[in-house]
Amino acid sequence: MGQPSVRLASKQLGVFYGSKQALNNINLDIRANRVTALIGPSGCGKSTFLRSLNRMNDLIENIRIEGEVTLDGENIYGKGVDVVALRKRVGMIFQRSNPFPKTIYENIAYGPRLYEQKSRADLDLIVENSLRQAALWDEVKDDLQKSAYSLSGGQQQRLCIARAIAVQPEILLMDEPASALDPIATARIEELIHELKAHYTIVIVTHNMQQAARVSDYTGFFYMGELVEFDETPVIFTKPSQPRTEAYITGRFG
Amino acid sequence: MGRGSKSHQARVNQNSTLYRRQVRPIELIGETIIRIVAFVSLAAILLIFLFVFRESLSLFSAKTSMAEDASIYEASESYGDVPSDSGVPVEEAAVAAPVATATNEKPGSLLGNLFGLEWQPVSDRPKYGLWPLVIGSFKVTLIALLIAGPLGVLAALYATTFAPRWVKVWLKPAIELLAGFPSVVVGFFALTVLASILQTSFGWQFRLNSMTGGIALALAVVPIIFTVTEDALNTVPRALSEASLALGASKWQTALFIILPAATPGVLAALILGFGRAFGETMIVLMATGNAALISINPAEPIRTMSATIGAEMAEVVFGDTHYGVLFFIGIILFMVTFALNAIAEFYVRQRLARRFGSR
Amino acid sequence: MIRSKFMGKAVIWGTALSAGLILFSIAFMLTIIFREGMGHITWEFLTTPPSNGMSGGGIFPAIVGTFIMVVLMSVVGVPVGTITAIYLTQYARQNSLFAKWIRFAVNTLAGVPAIVFGLFGLGFFVQFVGRGMDQLGGGEATVWGQPNLLWASLTMALLTLPVVIVSVEEAIHAVPRELSEASLALGATRWQTIWKVVIPNSSSGIMTGAILAVSRGAGEVAPILFTGVAYFLPHLPQSFSDQFMHLGYHLYVLTTQSADVEATTGIQYATTLVLLIMTFALNFSATLLRQYIRNRTRN
Repeated sequence: MGQPSVRLASKQLGVFYGSKQALNNINLDIRANRVTALIGPSGCGKSTFLRSLNRMNDLIENIRIEGEVTLDGENIYGKGVDVVALRKRVGMIFQRSNPFPKTIYENIAYGPRLYEQKSRADLDLIVENSLRQAALWDEVKDDLQKSAYSLSGGQQQRLCIARAIAVQPEILLMDEPASALDPIATARIEELIHELKAHYTIVIVTHNMQQAARVSDYTGFFYMGELVEFDETPVIFTKPSQPRTEAYITGRFG
Repeated sequence: MGRGSKSHQARVNQNSTLYRRQVRPIELIGETIIRIVAFVSLAAILLIFLFVFRESLSLFSAKTSMAEDASIYEASESYGDVPSDSGVPVEEAAVAAPVATATNEKPGSLLGNLFGLEWQPVSDRPKYGLWPLVIGSFKVTLIALLIAGPLGVLAALYATTFAPRWVKVWLKPAIELLAGFPSVVVGFFALTVLASILQTSFGWQFRLNSMTGGIALALAVVPIIFTVTEDALNTVPRALSEASLALGASKWQTALFIILPAATPGVLAALILGFGRAFGETMIVLMATGNAALISINPAEPIRTMSATIGAEMAEVVFGDTHYGVLFFIGIILFMVTFALNAIAEFYVRQRLARRFGSR
Repeated sequence: MIRSKFMGKAVIWGTALSAGLILFSIAFMLTIIFREGMGHITWEFLTTPPSNGMSGGGIFPAIVGTFIMVVLMSVVGVPVGTITAIYLTQYARQNSLFAKWIRFAVNTLAGVPAIVFGLFGLGFFVQFVGRGMDQLGGGEATVWGQPNLLWASLTMALLTLPVVIVSVEEAIHAVPRELSEASLALGATRWQTIWKVVIPNSSSGIMTGAILAVSRGAGEVAPILFTGVAYFLPHLPQSFSDQFMHLGYHLYVLTTQSADVEATTGIQYATTLVLLIMTFALNFSATLLRQYIRNRTRN
């Protein structure tokens, strides 16, 4: 039967901040329409890896990349690659929701407007579509002109997801998307991730192992800048092959 | 599974490449303009440093023709270009003999001249002694700081620690109001109102003197001392004052023995900045200090500051001659002193602050 | 115990007294200026030129001169300062030696006395650029090689440049990093992020900085003493190469050099009042603007 095709792959990826090495020889495949979770103790490099997938790490001075990250076979760090085009295809949701100080409507319309002039009708459609996919439409449809800041924490995070979806990415990167939310809002997000994977490929970084176990199809365990183990989620959590993985999962450290 | 991803890809064909970039010439042009403008303005800033130096160094080059100067000074001996107040004594040398000796002063003696004790650039034997001016600047600045320093720091202490809410609301805007007074207005007030009040109260011989100027200068400098001190006091971590209060100390003991000492670097910075501001101030001293280049300890006697000298005499000076060069040289000294003070305040104090409270 | 209490009272009263003294002097100055000057401010005063050797008439040319100079100064200084700040925060490498030196230069230049800027204006703009321009134009007439409106305004623009740069930089830094990150992650270019996210969210700080720089520039007299201002001119400035009259300078000369002090006292106070009102109006509008924009982004 085989597994779904690989969308993103890192090949011997190394990341350096100046002389300090943050990631070493990471080889990892992200498969289409699946949720891949990255777990590990804080400081292990999982967020750094995530940000390498859409080159948000470029914003850091003194950063150096070795190896490759390929999107459908093309190296995103190759010569002539347009970072802006990359980020349209690989979207990101951050740990703390960061909506713009604008209305709900304007937040979502921001992305699509970047590339071309869209008619009001087009935008209305995009906004509604994105909000529906982010499971937020019913809650805000009556007043899209409200400020984004009037929403609750969980709603704001779903707004950020809608905003990212509005530019029609193929891949969604989520950096601890629920860590700042209460359990009920967290459950909503997890439910949402499950619905989204039908249309998007999702990579999620989380420090919450139970969340990883609930939500993902594949899991990668990072430790001290290295990918210790990567496998289908049920395997990682019941029969890990690496002792360090088992130690982390059973709570002996981290 | 493959089928699912294929239908998804069909939907987003439009942006499925990593290399296509919408060419937006506006961005390229815009960013170039930004870089050019920034370069020009930064170059201008650097130019200021370089230029003022260059102009005054020409003073010491042999090219400055001293012979020319001698003939200029043959004619007059007056303080025509200096605004004078009726109470100021005119220097006796102004009534010297009209016969001019065509002195060919060598550049070497000019240096010696600068260290002289008399400032009298307009005469047949021009004297460019800088000491009266330097001392004048320091004298009036010191007076201003002795007044504004304690006033500003104590007022800031009051504002942050003891003042009831309704006072706080009024105090800060009032101080900002004072900061907004143009210095020419403060100088005017000192010259017209303050000088008379002080003279009738203390019976001074001279109406305009370093004391009057110093008090006016203090008014101009208090806002900056107040603001910086207030900032420093507010940045002291609350944990410190809470610890003190929890031990049973009273509010004023905490303020005096814990908060104020903890804010010392900031208070020092405030005083240094205040000093620098007062030292370079021109209009107030031009109007309120009497503008006589005297050297004396007595604060009730007039003085001439460096800044006032430049302000008063620059307009009447011939481009390129010795007097011109000396005035520029005075400007250099002013520049370097204030520059050094500001640098110290920024550098040293910020370092100390970071060390005390950990990096922030 | 008693000593402690007494000390406590003394400290509180001592500091309160200091604050009170400062407040008193402010009130005192304002009251006297207002009282003595108010009577002389008439419509005529504001719209007619001086007469009778300055002991009569109004201050119209001084108001106009001040206004023109301030406008010129702002048109040059504010955009240049803002763009420089944008460059420093968005384009220059933040940790490079270059950036550190520039920041140091800008910060310390903010503390350099105004009169030194005047020296630079004279030596550079008037003598160097001005004379150069005259020589290029034929070498005969002295049109640009002397103090005039243009050089004075440029000197003032330079004076306020560090202030504008620093306040705009602060305003930009106040915009949370997360907002720019969100924009970039959506596929916006740096240019788009700057103009669609960073600048709109720092606009209140930018405006405030601009207004404060302008108000400071309007009140400073030292830098224009020998770069372009004059005491009495027969007509209003008609070109950049003309000299101009200025409220602050007018006050200075009136007070220190007028022949008939008695007659001009009223005019002196009135001029002071006009200058004060202008400065306060600018500062006040800066505060209002800051509040207004802050409230708007809050909702």
